[in-house]
Formats: sequence, structure tokens, C-alpha cells
Amino acid sequence: MEFEAPVIDWAVLSPVLVVLAAGVVGVLIEAFVPDRVRRAVQVVLTLAALVGSVVAVALLWDRVATDGFAFVVNGTFLLTPFTLGIQAVVAVLAILGVLVIADRTRTGDDAFAPTAAAVPGTTYEDAAREAGLQQTEIYPLVLFATGGMLLFPATDNLIVLFIALEVLSLPLYVLCATARRRRLLSQEAAFKYFLLGSFASAIMLFGIALVYGFAGTVSLETALFRMAQPGGPILELMPALVIAGVLLITVGLLFKIGAAPFHMWTPDVYQGAPTPITGFMAACVKAAAVGALVRVVFTLSLGLDEELRRNLEVGLWAVAILTMLVGTVAGAVQTDVKRLLAYSSIAHAGFLTVAFVGFSETGAQAVLFYVLAYGLATLGAFAVVTLVREQDADGVVLGEATHLSHWAGLARRAPWLAAAFSLFLLSMAGIPLTAGFIAKFGVFSAAVVAGAWPLAVVGVLASAVAVFFYVRLIVLMVLTPPAEDAEGAQDAEVATEGQDAPDLAADGAGSSAAAGRTLAPARTLRRAPVVVLSSRGFATVAIVICAVGVVLLGVVPQLALDWAGQAASFRPVQP
Amino acid sequence: MTMQTLSLAPWLVATPLIGAALLLLVGRRSDRWGHWLGVLASTATFVIGLVILLDMLAADPDQRVGVHTVASWIDVGPLQVDVGFQVDPLSMTFVMLITLVGSLIHLYSVAYMSHDRDRRRFFAYLNLFVAAMLLLVLADSYLLLFVGWEGVGLASFLLIGFWDHHLPNAVAGKKAFVMNRVGDMGLIAAMMLMLATFGGVDFSTVLGSAGAADQGTTTAIGLLLLLAACGKSAQLPLQAWLGDAMAGPTPVSALIHAATMVTAGVYLLVRSGPVLEAAPDAQLVIAVVGALTLLFGAVVGCAKDDIKKALAASTMSQIGYMMLAAGLGPVGYAFAIFHLVTHGFFKAGLFLGAGSVMHAMDDDVNMRRFGGLARLLPVTAITMGLGWLAILGVPPFSGFYSKDKIIEAAFVGEGWRPWVFGTVALLGAGITAYYMSRLFFMTFMGRRRWVTELAGGAGREGGSDGTPVRHPHESPWLMTLPMIVLAVGSVGLGFALNAGERFVHFLEPVTGHAEHHDPVLPIWLIITLTLTLVAAGLALAFVQYAMRPVPTTPPPAPAVVRAARVDLHQDDVNEAVVMLPGKVLTRSLVFADRTAVDAGWLGLAGGVGRFGTWLRGLQSGYVRQYAAMTLGGLGVIVLVIWLFSGQGAS
Repeated sequence: MEFEAPVIDWAVLSPVLVVLAAGVVGVLIEAFVPDRVRRAVQVVLTLAALVGSVVAVALLWDRVATDGFAFVVNGTFLLTPFTLGIQAVVAVLAILGVLVIADRTRTGDDAFAPTAAAVPGTTYEDAAREAGLQQTEIYPLVLFATGGMLLFPATDNLIVLFIALEVLSLPLYVLCATARRRRLLSQEAAFKYFLLGSFASAIMLFGIALVYGFAGTVSLETALFRMAQPGGPILELMPALVIAGVLLITVGLLFKIGAAPFHMWTPDVYQGAPTPITGFMAACVKAAAVGALVRVVFTLSLGLDEELRRNLEVGLWAVAILTMLVGTVAGAVQTDVKRLLAYSSIAHAGFLTVAFVGFSETGAQAVLFYVLAYGLATLGAFAVVTLVREQDADGVVLGEATHLSHWAGLARRAPWLAAAFSLFLLSMAGIPLTAGFIAKFGVFSAAVVAGAWPLAVVGVLASAVAVFFYVRLIVLMVLTPPAEDAEGAQDAEVATEGQDAPDLAADGAGSSAAAGRTLAPARTLRRAPVVVLSSRGFATVAIVICAVGVVLLGVVPQLALDWAGQAASFRPVQP
Repeated sequence: MTMQTLSLAPWLVATPLIGAALLLLVGRRSDRWGHWLGVLASTATFVIGLVILLDMLAADPDQRVGVHTVASWIDVGPLQVDVGFQVDPLSMTFVMLITLVGSLIHLYSVAYMSHDRDRRRFFAYLNLFVAAMLLLVLADSYLLLFVGWEGVGLASFLLIGFWDHHLPNAVAGKKAFVMNRVGDMGLIAAMMLMLATFGGVDFSTVLGSAGAADQGTTTAIGLLLLLAACGKSAQLPLQAWLGDAMAGPTPVSALIHAATMVTAGVYLLVRSGPVLEAAPDAQLVIAVVGALTLLFGAVVGCAKDDIKKALAASTMSQIGYMMLAAGLGPVGYAFAIFHLVTHGFFKAGLFLGAGSVMHAMDDDVNMRRFGGLARLLPVTAITMGLGWLAILGVPPFSGFYSKDKIIEAAFVGEGWRPWVFGTVALLGAGITAYYMSRLFFMTFMGRRRWVTELAGGAGREGGSDGTPVRHPHESPWLMTLPMIVLAVGSVGLGFALNAGERFVHFLEPVTGHAEHHDPVLPIWLIITLTLTLVAAGLALAFVQYAMRPVPTTPPPAPAVVRAARVDLHQDDVNEAVVMLPGKVLTRSLVFADRTAVDAGWLGLAGGVGRFGTWLRGLQSGYVRQYAAMTLGGLGVIVLVIWLFSGQGAS
């Protein structure tokens, strides 16, 4: 048999290709470009690649919108309008994320360890820090992860879906371990993420295997075609296999989104990872995973009969309710701002899941707008967190002041920063005139259209409780006078006494202080007042863009809604 | 009108708004020149208005109505509202009144407020007021009008309480604010009814289809609009705030609480003419409210010793005339606006004169401690004197033309109405003559009821028999110039606008042409009666307050005078009828809130907290437990599916 070279339409691949190629070039830069200019070159290359990806998406837009789809090699790579929409959101959010990652503030340090491979607390680490080394491999890693995210929703092939999942996850595991401060916590987070992520990957892979088992193919469209045969044997003979396969794939993807009960990794990882990476993960991974979920699960659901689809819907109902409940309720008792934002992100996963029910294009449209609105607010909020730091008695800037007590009275010290943070929180709470309101309105009305009005009611109630913890933070920043760090000192004491806790990231008040111990003795922490760093431009630009975006999407949402409406079609069909 | 001039209309609102924004944002740095920026913004607005007016006058009468739409404001399903500017003779009349009187008062305030360290903030608020008032009169929909309506309410609140370091001033500001909210509810409810009935709140929709609507609905809308007008224009039963509003700086009283804002209610009713014509019952109520307020204000004015409060009572009474005219239907609209314009001039002049007197008398407002000031404050005395003759309705001053028209119109009609309304209007003119003459004579004529230090006195408040020590002096030219200009208006404006019924015809594109009806009494008789009553009132005041000595403390008086001194017990009535039941209601609501709502809510919050703490306990940090829970969670979901959909996975 003669090998026939496939005809590849490179233009269709371009949004992903430009990012992955830049990642490869980035690795070469690490090897060949001198130390002085390496960081600058990497930042420029990374931003250029991501902008290039946005441009590629824009150029492909009309073609895909007209044809309904574009593919390479039998759908191994497949673009639908919805995929392009998710890719646009991911690429734009990644640009903003890279801006935050690249910011070194006035201290001249970025958020990453000089050499992440050094064992924490060793002389080698100290030497690396004093030598002023910097880990510019961060940028190619971010590019590879972004490439995986762009590929994630852009395939018809379940094997490629799995590869994309790994391509996006593996760099993230590494990135999580690279925090400059609280390095034990960071490495612990990375390891947890890796273990649990592998576990979830396995679950998804099992689901893929089951789908292959009943459909005899790893192509979604083919599987759909075979399932949809009227009176065909698949649904008749193996309903359990079908629902198990679809459910396991769904669970694997829900893990990445951070929906309960698959959310347990989220608070620990979000807290431990370097904050710019947390922001990047929270915004982009969620967008990509939601995109993949819509692509895969929505598509597969079309092949289910009414009963099986109802089963899947019941499962999603349970996940949505549980996630909203866990996110809002556990978020209400957090004392660490990063953990609080992590639970907020869990709650948002719940709100997103509300829109999945019904598996309709209305839901897809709502989801697309939601990930954009959520991503902007979340990235902006984590960017703000990177700028609020602790300081020891000598005025040396330490890590982020993540304990809530540190945030008291912040509005007096940094009114603009506090205003921006409040804006992001209000958007997450879904207050009108912010993007979050329109987004929530969209997902709840999608649920109502799908007949799941009780779910919408639960969602609205959960939003009401969520408002409590967002507003509590605003009240803390604006109305509470800054305490003389009494609480922080107490926490340090508590942590020192409670050393028998095996894992550093035990939830609650002790964790931040306990983590701080790895870098500085608790005694210094006790004196630590809070300082708001001025960014070196990058993070400020990101915060401003996020804030403007949140307001614009909230005040004049029509343009974005129309765009999301155009991109609602998630299957390769002629419009 | 040409499109170019029409497109200038937004700048009428934008110019003073930019002025206010600059003054507030630049802050203390603009303290030295801020007031001139305020004057400039106001004057520039006047010039823009003049350009539009001249262009309008050059056009044919049927070409004089235009709407300039700037943008779509609200577009949700059935409700579509544009940001548009209604440029027609009625709105331009207001624009000219607001910007001309406003600019003069800006100028006056430069000197009047020169010792105030917050003068810049004062000018910012004044500019804000002008912008809001212009938006109110230029809006092309009730909703946009409402924005201006609230804007002037805000500016009024800020300016009444401008000296808020004195508690009574802050309280007065709050009182005005709260009473205005009652009226605002009327406007909001009226808009809801309009939306439900006509499917829109813009003037063209509502006024165009008002005639075809059910009479019950139009009556309801008319009464709700009247409620709104009562709040803003201090008409019964929402009149009580105006007297207290005099706590604000005097230029504010002149501009907002005499010339412009308080007349917004009249504007609203005249603008809504077609709705009212479809609701005769509402029209009757409007006329009755106007007539009652006319008498109420006049009676209160007779007993007030505070010069500003006497003027405030007079304002209330004069607006009563306008409301009466507005309640008479198309025949009265033009006269209501006519009187509104002349009143704007002479009342603003009178207030500025009162400010000048206070300036001379160490901010004293008690007329019983004035007297004999004419020689020392000649310009003030002459300009106030001209305003006084104008408000009396002495020919040929401007008040004569406008008020006489209203009295004549009140006598038109059938049945009991012309007799009642006509008589009230006549009586009002007589009482007005009495109390305004009282004010003038107590201030400028008679013996001095104060001493200079040279004449011997022990201290500031320590002259013999309690007469205070004062050093009256004429005000600087920045203050007298606006007074002179307004006095010229008080003298000539009525004649100029009345000649050939010029003003009535000018307004016709908006108010419609009204057939002339003859009053039930001959016109010459009405004029004679009016002038006789005016002369009688003036003579009585002359005898009492210019010829006889005026006691420096209020003498004992019969019950009706005592009642008038305390505003005919308006506050007691309000407290008994509204405040007391309100308090009881709120107390019981607070009780219910504490025992039922709060307890439930706190219980919920506590529950959330406990549940959250429990969840936090699950988050142990052990990765093995996380993995177990992930797997267990999957099991739970399968279980849920199995439970809720019966068969499913089995």
C-alpha cells in the first residue's frame, strides 16, 4: 500500500501553530541567547506569538463563520465557530496573563524562583538568588500550555483531545512549582496538582476507551453518526456503556474546570502556585476546559436518546448544585485571599455548569460570554494580589500579603488598586453594570430555556450568598481601618504550635503563615506591615485592560453578546 | 430652524455641566479663579441659547419646533427612550430665563460669596443646577426630564444645606429633599402609567395619543403629574419645605427657589397640556390647588417678619397664580408662562435686593430691626422698589400685564368656577399688595430700628430697647449691576412681551391657539377692581408700617395672625398626618425586621458559616483524601443519577 501524504491546510492550524512554534523557538532562545537580553526577547516573543494567534483567529473568523467549520486530516484538527471563539478568549486572556507574569514590580524580582530545581532552603538556592538568576523558561512553558489550551477544544478526535489535555497540563504542573517565595507550598501544590491531574486524566482516558468500546471510533462525529442510527444497536444494547463513557469524559473535563466534587485540588494549587500563574490558570484553563467540554459532551449528548440524556443532565444538575454550594459556602469562611479567589473560581465553575444543562447553542453562547467575563475579572483580581506585599521591619519587600487582615484599609493606601479590585469582585458577584451580571444572566436564562428553572433559582440564591463574601472583602478594604497586624502575628503563633499537621497547605488561617515560615521566620512576619508595590507597567496595563473590559462588557454588552451568538455553533455543520 | 443651530442644543446642557465638573474635579487649586469659570460657563450657555432663539425667531412659526436626537438611551423591548432635546418656543423661553437670570445671579454671587472659603464649590453647584434645569426643560421625554428633575433636586439640596455646619440648614436641606421625593413618586408613577397606556414616555408619543386615551387614565396621569408639580413648586399640600429652604445663601433663593426650579412644576403641567385637556377633573383639581396655595402663601406672607421667608411665601402665592392659570386649560397656559417669566425677573430682583439688605445689615433677616434704609442703600431701594411695583401689578410694570391676564382668564367660564377662581385671584392681588408693601415699608421707610455705634450703644446687640448696632452700606457694583438689569426687566418686560400679544403668539406652536372667551365680568371692571384692591392693600400697609412706628418684637395678635406666623401650622399638620403614622409604621417594621427577618438572616449566615467550617475540615491537605473524594464524588453522582432517573446506569 502506498503512503499518501495528507493535504494539510496550514492556515487552519495557524492559531495553535504560531503559539507552539514560538514555544519551540523559546526553548532555543534559552540555549543560545545571552543572559542579559534573554528575558526581554522571551517576553516579546511570547506576546508576539499570542497576538499572532489572536490575529490568526480573526483572519479565520469569516471563513469558519461562512463554512461552519474547517478541518485538517479528517478532523484531527477541527475548527468550529465555537472553537474559534474559545481560542480567541484563551489567547486574549493569555496575553493579559503574560503581562502579569512578566511584571517584576519595583523590587526587580518576578514571581518565580531563581532556579526552581534547587532544593528549598539550601545554600545553592541562596547562591542562585544572590547571583540574580532568573528562570526565563517560564515563557516557553506558558506558550506550550497555551498551545495545549488552544488545541483542547479544536479537535474531533478523542485521542488528540487527550494529548491536548496533557500538553496543557504538564507545563502547568511545572509552572506551579516555580514560586519564588513559599517554595515548599508551591512544590507541594505542584505535586498535588500532578497526582490529581493524572488521576483525572486516567478517568477521562477510561471514558474515551469506553466510547471507543461502543462506537468503534475515536472520532466524535463518527461516534455521533453511529449512535444516531434509528433503532441502532448501540443505544439498545449497551446503554450503560454509553452513559458511563460519556460520564467519565465529562468528569475528566469537570476536574479541569474545578467543579465539585472534583474541586479539591483547586484551593491548594491556586494558593501554592505563583500568583501570576494562578491567574493564568484560573482564567485560561477554565476557558479551554469549558470549550472542550462543550465541544465533546454537547456533541455526544446529541447522540443519546432521551433517557440517557436525562441521566447525564441529572448528573450535571448534581454537579452544578454541589459546586455552587461548595464554592460559595466554603468561600465565605476563607481568610486567605488566594484561597478565597480559588473558591470563587469553584463557584463560577458551578454557574458555568448551570449553562451546560440542555446542551444547546444558547448554553454555548452563554458559556462563551461567561468565560470571557469571568476570565477578565479573575485575571485582574490575581494581578492585584501580586502587587500587595508584606514588608519586614527593614523595609525589605517579602511575598504577597494574602491574609485577609492585611487587606484591611487598603483603599486608603492604594485607592485606585482597591477600586479596581472592588470592581473585579463586584463583577464576580454579578452586580449590574459589570460583565459578571450579564454573564450570570446569560447562564441562568440558558438554564431556564432548557427547562431547568430550579437550577437557575439555586444559582441565584448561591449568587446572593456569594455577594456576601465578595462584599465582605470590599468592606474590609474600604471601611475597616488597618490593624497593626495583630491577627497576622496570632496566626503565626498558631501555626508554630500546630506543627504536627503533615501537609503545609492545611486549609484555613494557619496555612498562609505556615507557608511564610519556609521563607522567613515567623518573628519577622509579625512585624510585617503591608506595602503596595507599584508595578513596572505590565501588570498595571493588564489590570486596566481587565477593568475596562469588565465595565464595557457590563455597560454595552451587545457587541460581545452578538459575537458570542455568532460563535454559538459548536458542531461542524453548515450554517 | 436650521439643523446647525438645533445641534447646538446639547451644548446648552453640556457647557454648565463641564463647568461644574471642572470646578469639582480640579478642587482647591481652582479656588482663585473658579468663580469666574462658573460665570463664564453660565454666560456662554446664555449666548448659545440666544443664537438658537434668534434662529428660531427667524423661522416661520410652524417651523419652530424641533427635536435633536443625540443617541439611543434605553432600548429594551417595548421601552425605547432616546436622549433627545426638544427645542421649541416653550423650552427656549425657559432657556433664556434660566441662563439670563442665572448668569446675573452668578455674577452677583461673585461678590456675595467673596468671603466664603467654599465659594468655588458654591459655583460648581450653581453650574450643576443650571445644567440640570436646562436638561429638565430641553428633554424630549418624561424620563429624560426626570433626570433633570432629580438633578435640580440634588443641586437644590446641596445648596440649601451649603452652610451645613449649622444644623438647621442641614435639616432644611433634608426637609426639602424628602418632600420633593414625595412629589417624585408622582412623576415615576405617572411615567409607569404612560408606558402602560401609550407604550412610551417621550413627549411625541404621550402627548400625541393622549386625546384618544381613556379619561380615567388621563385623569390619573394628570393628578400624578400634579403631585410631582406640587412637590417641586411648593404647592399645597407639599408646600412646607420652601420657607425652610431660605436657609441657603440668598443667590440660591433668588435663582432656584424663586425664578427657576420652583417653576418646574408649572413647566411640567404646561408641557403636558394635551394630557390635561383629556382630563377635565384633573384640570379642576389643579386650579383648586393653585387657588388655595395662592391664598395660603399670601396669608402667610402677611405675618412673616423674616424678609426672605416673606418673599418665599410670596413666591408660593405667585406660583399659585401660575398653577391656577395652568388649570384653566389652553387659554391659561400662555398666561401662566408669561407670569412665570415676569415673576422670574422681579422676584429674583427682590431676592437679590434682600440679599443686598442682609449684606448691609450683618446678615440680619428680621425686618422689625430694619427701617429707614432707603437713603443709605439707594440702588437697592430703587431696584427693589421697581420689583415691588411690578409684583403689585401696578401699570405699566411687568407684573400688571401678566397677573391681570390670569385674573381675567380666571373669570372666564361657566357656572360657579369663574366666580370662585376670579374672586380668589382678585383677593390674592389685594393681599399681595398689602404684604409686599409691608415688606418694602418695613425695610426702607419709617424710623430706623437700629443704631450706629456713633449714636450710642453698648455692644453689637446692645442698643437701648434692644435695637442692634449696624453699619449699613451700599453693596459693590458686582451686586448692584445684576439688580439693575433685573429691575429693568421688572419694568419693561411685561409691556415688551405683551405688545400685540407677541408672547402668546410665540408660544402658540406648543400651547395651541386658544379661542378668546369673554370673562363673566367686563374687562374694564376687572382691571378697576384689581387696581382698587391693590391700592387699598398698599394704603393699609403704608398706614401701618410707614406712618406708625413698628415694634421691634412681634406684638400680641389675634389667633389667625399667630397661626400665619407659624405658616398656618403646616409643620404640625404634616407631623400629625404623615410623620406620626409613618413613625409608628417604621417602628413596627423595625420590630418585625429585628425579630423575624434579621433572626432568619442571621440564622442563615450562621448556618453558612458552620457548613463552610465543616467543608473546610474536609479540605485536609492530604492528597490521598482528595483523590478518594474525587472517586467517591463520581460514585455519588452515579448514585444520584440512578436515584433520580430510576433506571439509567443499571
